Amino acid sequence: MIAGTGLTKLYGSKPAVQALDFEIARGEIVGLLGLNGAGKTTVLRILGCQLLPTSGRATVEGRDVVSESVEVRRRIGYLPEDAPLYDEMRVVAFLRFAAGLRGLSGKEADRRIESTLDLLDLREVRGQVIGTLSHGFRQRVGIGQAIVHEPPVVILDEPFTGLDPVQISEMRTTVSNLRGRHTVVLSSHNLPEVSLICDRFLLMDEGSLAAQGTEEELARQLGRGLTVTLELRGQAGAVRSFLESRPEVHSVEVAGGEDGIQKVDLRLLENGREDLARALVEAGFGLLEMSPHRHELDAIFLGLTRGEKGSR
Amino acid sequence: MRSLGLIIRRELACYVHTPLGVIVGACVLLADGLLFNAFALGSGRRFSSEVLEDFFYFSSGTTVIAALFLAMRLLAEERQRGTISLLFSSPVNEWQIVLGKFFSAQLFLSLLTLATLYMPALIFVNGRVSLGHIAAGYLGLLLLGAAALAMGTFASAVARTQAAAAILASALLVTFLIFWLLSRIVDPPLRDVLSYLALWDKHFPPFMRGVVSARGAAYYLSVTFFFLLASVRVLESRRWR
Repeated sequence: MIAGTGLTKLYGSKPAVQALDFEIARGEIVGLLGLNGAGKTTVLRILGCQLLPTSGRATVEGRDVVSESVEVRRRIGYLPEDAPLYDEMRVVAFLRFAAGLRGLSGKEADRRIESTLDLLDLREVRGQVIGTLSHGFRQRVGIGQAIVHEPPVVILDEPFTGLDPVQISEMRTTVSNLRGRHTVVLSSHNLPEVSLICDRFLLMDEGSLAAQGTEEELARQLGRGLTVTLELRGQAGAVRSFLESRPEVHSVEVAGGEDGIQKVDLRLLENGREDLARALVEAGFGLLEMSPHRHELDAIFLGLTRGEKGSR
Repeated sequence: MRSLGLIIRRELACYVHTPLGVIVGACVLLADGLLFNAFALGSGRRFSSEVLEDFFYFSSGTTVIAALFLAMRLLAEERQRGTISLLFSSPVNEWQIVLGKFFSAQLFLSLLTLATLYMPALIFVNGRVSLGHIAAGYLGLLLLGAAALAMGTFASAVARTQAAAAILASALLVTFLIFWLLSRIVDPPLRDVLSYLALWDKHFPPFMRGVVSARGAAYYLSVTFFFLLASVRVLESRRWR
């Protein structure tokens, strides 16, 4: 669907991206993560036909982004970090313009504009001048121009930048709604949000790919295992000693409990959840909840980037 | 062709929805009106054709300045606002972008120029001029405006900001205007080349006098095509930076 082979971009003699190899399958939502200057935007700009790679090759649906640029542009929607909006236009007029540029007209354009307004929850501002919209709405209109022609691939560069917590939550819903309709590649610094949305991650560090995989795969690469929180019925001491005796458990921290219900944070083997749950039930503990930590990505990211630097 | 039409429509709407169109329009009409009253009509007795000739003389200046102000934003503003990435990520080629921008500005400039028609019409109150003279003069203004707009479009493609585009376009226009001066201090064949290249000196006066000059028209169309082609080439190279 999307692939990079030896993708390299030099600014003068300074490499922004070097020898990047990656593949993104159809329908995936993939997060491109990295510190400032890691090369995320450069990769997205190459995929968005905005920047020429120095060497290597990038393809979208099998078409080369340089030699078959027009064909690629028919198949992508691109939202750069600053949404490309004409402030003096009204939302619907702007979406109609964006749809027209991608070859849509008449009833087909109207149908897709209406479905974009619904999908992005833009109905209430459809007649509003873009320059008067809040940052959150502007970002959504920016996504609107990227998806109004229903492209197979959507590229979003830092879609969470500048949003307040409520807008971030809305944006998460917006991007999640693209699942199943589009392959999405997005870059972000907002790791907790990205971890909730993305199926897989490409971690970039100083222009190279430091790691790639799902959150669990990345944790495994770092040798971190999986962190979960348990809520179970039982005495604190018994719970602790039972958990510490289990081979799949690395570490146990009883966070506290009330009325005989204990809350425990565990680090365990990547695929140890099922065995542990069975053992807990068989041992007579009342297992009320087992949930993996969702903010694990921060630690993985820091671990991998620091690890890379440490190994240099 | 659809994309070209879309870009033209969006740009024309921009002149209506932003102060730029109103300000440039008002300034041009005011300046033309004042110059027509103060200098073309004058206070003494004059031949009608002289009045009309002077009107086109002054209008050529306001048209070139209006073209400069209309053109400076065409591509530089897209780059400044980041909206160029919408055009670059759409299946639209550079010719469509440049022509869409140029034609919209040319249409607006043409409407603005034709809005001064009431001034030549006023000559009929106390005199007579031929309609052919009026038509030839306006044709000259439109051709001169197109050439100046194309130069401005090129400057706008090269510059990163509108201010820089305005400065570059002004420098280009002044250079092409003073070629006639330079032609007088150099020897042939450079003299002939510079004389031919001068934007106004040899090519506009025939239109001003009511003569449709094929040589002048060919010159203005060539300059327009050259600078539009250069704008396309600049945009092509900028796409991948």
